Amino acid sequence: MSIRLNVNGHEHQVTADPQTPLLYVLRNDLGLNAAKFGCGLGQCGSCTVVIDGEAVFSCVTPIMLLQGRRITTVEGLGSIESPGPLQRSFIELQAAQCGYCIAGMMMRAYALLEKNASPTDADIRRSLEPNLCRCGTHMRILAAVKRAAELRQVSAFR
Amino acid sequence: MSPAVKITRRDFCASGGALIVSFSIGVPRPTRAEAARLPGSLSKAPYLDAWIRIDAAGAVTVFTGKAELGQGIKTAIIQIAAEELEVEPASIHLVTADTALTVNEGYTAGSHSLQDSGTAIRNAAAQVRELLIGAAAARWQVDASQLRARQGAVMASGGRSLGYAELVAKEFLHVQAQPQSKLKATQDFQSMGRSMQRVDIPAKVTGGAAYVQDMKQPGMVHARVVRPPSPAAVLTGLDSSQVEAMPGVIKIVRDGNFLAVVAKGEFQAVQAMRKLTAAAQWSEHASLPPQDDLPAFLLALPAEVAVVIDQGSGPASAAPEPDSRTLEATFTRAYQCHASMGPSCAVALLQGDSLTVWNHSQGVFPNRAALAELLDMPVEKIHAIHTEGSGCYGHNGADDVVADAVLIARTLPGVPVRVQWMREQEHMWEPFGPAMVTKVRATLDVQGRVADWRYELWSNPHGSRPGPAAALLPARLLARPFVPNPARVRISPEGSGDRNSVPLYAFPGKHVQWHFLKDMPIRVSALRSLGAYMNVFSIESFMDELAQAAAEDAVAFRLKHLQDPRARDVVELAAKKFNWAGKMPPRHGKGFAFARYKNLASYCAIACEVSVEFETGTIRMVRAVAAIDSGEIVNPDGIRNQTEGGILQSMSWTLYEAVKFDDTRITSTDWSTYPILRFASVPDSVDVHLIPRPGQPFLGAGEAAQGPAAAALANALANALGKRLRDIPFSRERVRAALFS
Repeated sequence: MSIRLNVNGHEHQVTADPQTPLLYVLRNDLGLNAAKFGCGLGQCGSCTVVIDGEAVFSCVTPIMLLQGRRITTVEGLGSIESPGPLQRSFIELQAAQCGYCIAGMMMRAYALLEKNASPTDADIRRSLEPNLCRCGTHMRILAAVKRAAELRQVSAFR
Repeated sequence: MSPAVKITRRDFCASGGALIVSFSIGVPRPTRAEAARLPGSLSKAPYLDAWIRIDAAGAVTVFTGKAELGQGIKTAIIQIAAEELEVEPASIHLVTADTALTVNEGYTAGSHSLQDSGTAIRNAAAQVRELLIGAAAARWQVDASQLRARQGAVMASGGRSLGYAELVAKEFLHVQAQPQSKLKATQDFQSMGRSMQRVDIPAKVTGGAAYVQDMKQPGMVHARVVRPPSPAAVLTGLDSSQVEAMPGVIKIVRDGNFLAVVAKGEFQAVQAMRKLTAAAQWSEHASLPPQDDLPAFLLALPAEVAVVIDQGSGPASAAPEPDSRTLEATFTRAYQCHASMGPSCAVALLQGDSLTVWNHSQGVFPNRAALAELLDMPVEKIHAIHTEGSGCYGHNGADDVVADAVLIARTLPGVPVRVQWMREQEHMWEPFGPAMVTKVRATLDVQGRVADWRYELWSNPHGSRPGPAAALLPARLLARPFVPNPARVRISPEGSGDRNSVPLYAFPGKHVQWHFLKDMPIRVSALRSLGAYMNVFSIESFMDELAQAAAEDAVAFRLKHLQDPRARDVVELAAKKFNWAGKMPPRHGKGFAFARYKNLASYCAIACEVSVEFETGTIRMVRAVAAIDSGEIVNPDGIRNQTEGGILQSMSWTLYEAVKFDDTRITSTDWSTYPILRFASVPDSVDVHLIPRPGQPFLGAGEAAQGPAAAALANALANALGKRLRDIPFSRERVRAALFS
């Protein structure tokens, strides 16, 4: 099956089995490394991407559902040369140890911040609940999301 | 560099060989015994250019045999090298564990990286700096003491300078290290001792190819393994014809109970794996211990008793003093998972008679030796390159998946093969952290001091790493399986299952025994901190019980028994920053614990507050305050990050984690059957306070929090409930049972 996918604002024509989870297409067909295989079961959130504003487990989302949907990954938040607010805040607060879960955390946070520009600490905790971190970086992840909200507001007022 | 060494201009202008000769004359070449006394891992590789090279353009490359595991070692090593070399950290190119390029520094484990590699590189860098100064002195015909190195150049008064590029010649650094180095003093640090942002994080937050999981090579194919359904299962039938006909499938690899499928696309490999799993018929056999009666089972296993310490006071049977009191308790711990977020992954490529493997093993050199034995290949024909994976926290599936990859890649010469485990494979087949039982009995004298301490632990060994091919899971599955040699008990200063089983406290009598269980009913190996987690949990829980019996405050009781001033300092700092004397709200409790990791690495004290929902048995750590002394500090934020992580991970182990199994199968197969910490249960705050120790050796900080965090939590829970839990994990059922008992 051939399908058009809109990823980070770019249109891609992808040929794959319609059941293929989006994660494999992102990583292998489109060369986007950020979303990670963690469980393939929708239990850990390492694969989280944002589809039409909602945080979604890309490991269990078949591409056949995604024609015409807007998909955002960490690569869409900025680049190493020009990092976006979430990327800057995670670097600033050193909110990673091994970092394997972090791209998923950032996308979960991105979905939250798009809907709620000034989340409370409780909002942030609640929104990140589906995502797991094994290194115990939770405190820094929470702080980085809070900081990203501030950075976004600063950019918005500029 | 020794002032006795004179480098003449003629020496310098001559070939590098001549320079070495001049050193050989000026300074005797170290004997093997002397090399053994070189600092850190320099003893393994005494030539400076094994660690540091500077090319004709002045570019600095630093080589470490240790690997980045997400602990921030790359950054710390760069800070150290930059400091002593007097160059900008950003100008350093760092090469990590690679069998073709770096020194064999064994495993990146045991909080040893800074102690071994950091010390070697610090000393090597200082000696390289002094060699460069010496070379400039020779060039300018001045005394070296008038010169200093700065910003990648040697400077003289009056503004003269020579860049390192102008000073190095071929073989310039092919010089043996000296035992003494002119190390910079802490107050002169520009790079060390300051928080530096981790060099690996930018790529990790922007979608860079940061992990072996992200590796792509031209023509690379994807493989998945099919594991047996249970540890003792035997493959009895397989009709793979349907799988072979699936789109993209390249081949099926079978050898005994080892089964794998290779496909062009990754998801094709996953689909083929599922079908192959359904097609395989296994004969299963009950081989696992009874989950519900695990402590009794462990206590009944044949054991070799090893004495860890036997110090002071008479035999156990001696009549205790009148008015002394003896207390005893038993503690248990379940099997626990490393449970890395990313399933293990490796890429292997066989070209001619040479094999290259990219993998996230903690020890690419020892793992390479195991692969050579497995494949019956000369070890030098295998090039193993550490490529970062998900955090491992010890010996997880990292080594095994490389074996999977090479067993498949040897059937596909010229084709890079990428293998990644599935979630259930990681959970079911990683070597677990061993289940343990400990028993402690102590006597309090009339002054409320511990007079005698007797402690026994029952545990498997905690290190089943390669070395031998039989340490690799796939090697055990082959038609001609590799069979592990029986484990042997060894008592060492660092310890294994017995790590931290000797309390640091000044007790007149200390008697510690390890009932070493060599039979391994479930495969186990090193999990972050090894036995220290359980031993510190047991010791520090019992210290609270003794303090209570002596009617003393938990912190005061510890201080009464602590003589080491650095130990006292972390205890006092943690207590102060926590406000230990403060009152707790209802249904909250406070707990304290301390240990010096391995009794020879970092000192760490932790105080924490927990809240308990009595109705549900739900426990939450509300806040934790830690104080840690890791010797000379390289990256303060790195130590904080590791300690915060250690506290949260240990809390997760302690509150939630137990591998589940029936008599045949491991039934913890994913995050729903092996739950870990989630955000709802994360504390409100975790504060880590560092005690700097200028001029002291690096102590290694990565594992120091595991034991104290568990014990502080246990003690806080006992404080809140008025009942003590001695069995890890503190599940809600156990909390409720304690409440209603």
